[in-house]
Amino acid sequence: MKHRVVTLIRIVINYLFAVGLVAHANADSGLRMHGAGSTFVYPLFSKWFSVYQKERDQTLINYQSIGSGGGIRQLIDGTVDFGATDIPMNEEQLKKASREVYHFPVTMGAVVVTYSVAELTSELRLTPQVIADIFLGKIVKWNAPEIVALNPGLALPARYITVVHRSDGSGTTAVFAEFLSKTNPEWKEKVGTGTALQWPTGLGGKGNEGVTGLIKSLKDTIGYVELTFALSQKLPVALVKNPEGEWIKPSLESVLVAAANMLRTIPDDFRFTITAAQGSGSYPISGMSFYLLDSRLKREKLEKWNESLKLLRWMLGAGQEYSQALHYARIPKPLSEKMLRRLTDLEKVRK
Amino acid sequence: MKHRQDILFKNSLGLLSWAFIAVLVAMILSLLHMSGLAWEKIGFSFFTTSHWNPVKHQYGVAAFAWATLVTSLLALLISTPLSLAVAVSVTELMKKRAGRVFGFFVDMLAAIPSVVYGLWGIFVLVPLMRTQVQPWLFENLGWIGIFSEVPYGVGILTASIVLAIMILPTMSSLLREVFQTIPLTQKEAALGLGATKTEMIYLSVVKSSKSSIVAAMVLGLARALGETMAVTMVIGNRNDWMKSIFSPAQTMASLIANEYVEATHDLHLSALALVGVTLLMISSVIQLVFRAIYARGRK
Repeated sequence: MKHRVVTLIRIVINYLFAVGLVAHANADSGLRMHGAGSTFVYPLFSKWFSVYQKERDQTLINYQSIGSGGGIRQLIDGTVDFGATDIPMNEEQLKKASREVYHFPVTMGAVVVTYSVAELTSELRLTPQVIADIFLGKIVKWNAPEIVALNPGLALPARYITVVHRSDGSGTTAVFAEFLSKTNPEWKEKVGTGTALQWPTGLGGKGNEGVTGLIKSLKDTIGYVELTFALSQKLPVALVKNPEGEWIKPSLESVLVAAANMLRTIPDDFRFTITAAQGSGSYPISGMSFYLLDSRLKREKLEKWNESLKLLRWMLGAGQEYSQALHYARIPKPLSEKMLRRLTDLEKVRK
Repeated sequence: MKHRQDILFKNSLGLLSWAFIAVLVAMILSLLHMSGLAWEKIGFSFFTTSHWNPVKHQYGVAAFAWATLVTSLLALLISTPLSLAVAVSVTELMKKRAGRVFGFFVDMLAAIPSVVYGLWGIFVLVPLMRTQVQPWLFENLGWIGIFSEVPYGVGILTASIVLAIMILPTMSSLLREVFQTIPLTQKEAALGLGATKTEMIYLSVVKSSKSSIVAAMVLGLARALGETMAVTMVIGNRNDWMKSIFSPAQTMASLIANEYVEATHDLHLSALALVGVTLLMISSVIQLVFRAIYARGRK
């Protein structure tokens, strides 16, 4: 008995040593970067980081998809080396960080309006006004004159609309609400913009899956999900009228156009949103996802700072090739060139 | 004369038990610390209002507290008779072998992860409630008032049914253990006095374990109050007062699960911590009340 216990303890100690040595070896051979934030970018980031690690086996990157808000919080607290968010940090958050946090838009997505009505055979067309009225609970039936006027050819049933929204705080909600706030004064005043809202009507589903689950199982429903999710699940999506008066189908191309049309108005700190973008061909409910580069690294962990700059260069260059296959929109060339110039400036400062 | 081994054993176990209490106290303290800001800014009206608007920084917990109580108590209402029935059949009515197998399967329910209950709720129970149960109740009993709501399928009652199934194994296994300890002589006495089997079960098994039934309810309720994942998936997540038992609503636990991750504003985070404090207070009060009933029952 005693002998066995001793053997067991020996095995455990050996095991711990082995694990320790492996970890030690890894720590020796390269850099470990920790990031946290947006769940939206997670599939793309995992792809990116696994490829990047293979190409440069010195660096291990660990990304926790805990949500944009959580990512910003952890970045401010200094517990991660980089963050990722679907909404740029606001003044209050920047003040709390009390140091420079550089925003780099690295990929794009969009929010689509999806629905489930048995009678509908072709795509629904909706204006920002009608979307707002439905989500405000002012338009309650599918055959309301406002909807019929936009969709003369469709057989719209005389049944009640069930609105489905995200119940969990989410960047998707923030992009959707920002679009409605920009286009509809009543929405702006009554509901406003944020990751979590006080919804005037409807049911809440957790995550894109939860919303889609409710939409599909309840019928006569309308809700919003991420474009990537809608594309991979082949959900029906509504065409939305953009500020130019065109009917735009959400797609990777129309999102890219929205960003390209905004280029001239992009501020120097790259903190911007592209909802309700002016210009022909833009899908109006598009959004940017940002990589947050912490200036603290420059002072405290120079090695990680240098590596971050290299990583960003790679993300904006070779990394963009992986977007399409995963249903993310590419960053328009002029924008990535502008960011690369910024990176060059940052590299100079260090020397 | 004490052995050194005994002293060591006693002290080490004592230390571990105290460590648990220390962790609990630390958790309560950090919750209170986190919720300090919300308490300072909102004050007592947090408990009396039901606005929950993170954009305008208005927070009130009343509607969520009410929905939490209603779902948990409804679950208890469904689960108590069921678990009594299970425990009685397993210990008194079935053959020993069959009872053991049956009991095993009921216990297995406890091993199912709550997200699976949630998925089952969404894909099986919700459509059933929407197409069958709710329309029927609405048409036939709608006049009572508690059944009047558009049939969504998700809502208070659906959540309560899922919760009831989830707490069933906890309650029934405790009752089973208790029923098994009832001395044979007590049952024989009842039968000897001319009681039928049904009367015997009522008199010497159920009636004599009243306080244990209360104890089982405490355990079940504690689980139901804090259950998060499964409830979030079937309750409809509407931040408003419930109008009927079919209304979509939001419990305190599901609210925290929904909003904590993406809460960016300090006050929002702090308000969610205060919701946690409220949940803790409500469960403590309920525990104390049930404990008092339990103690009285034992006298």
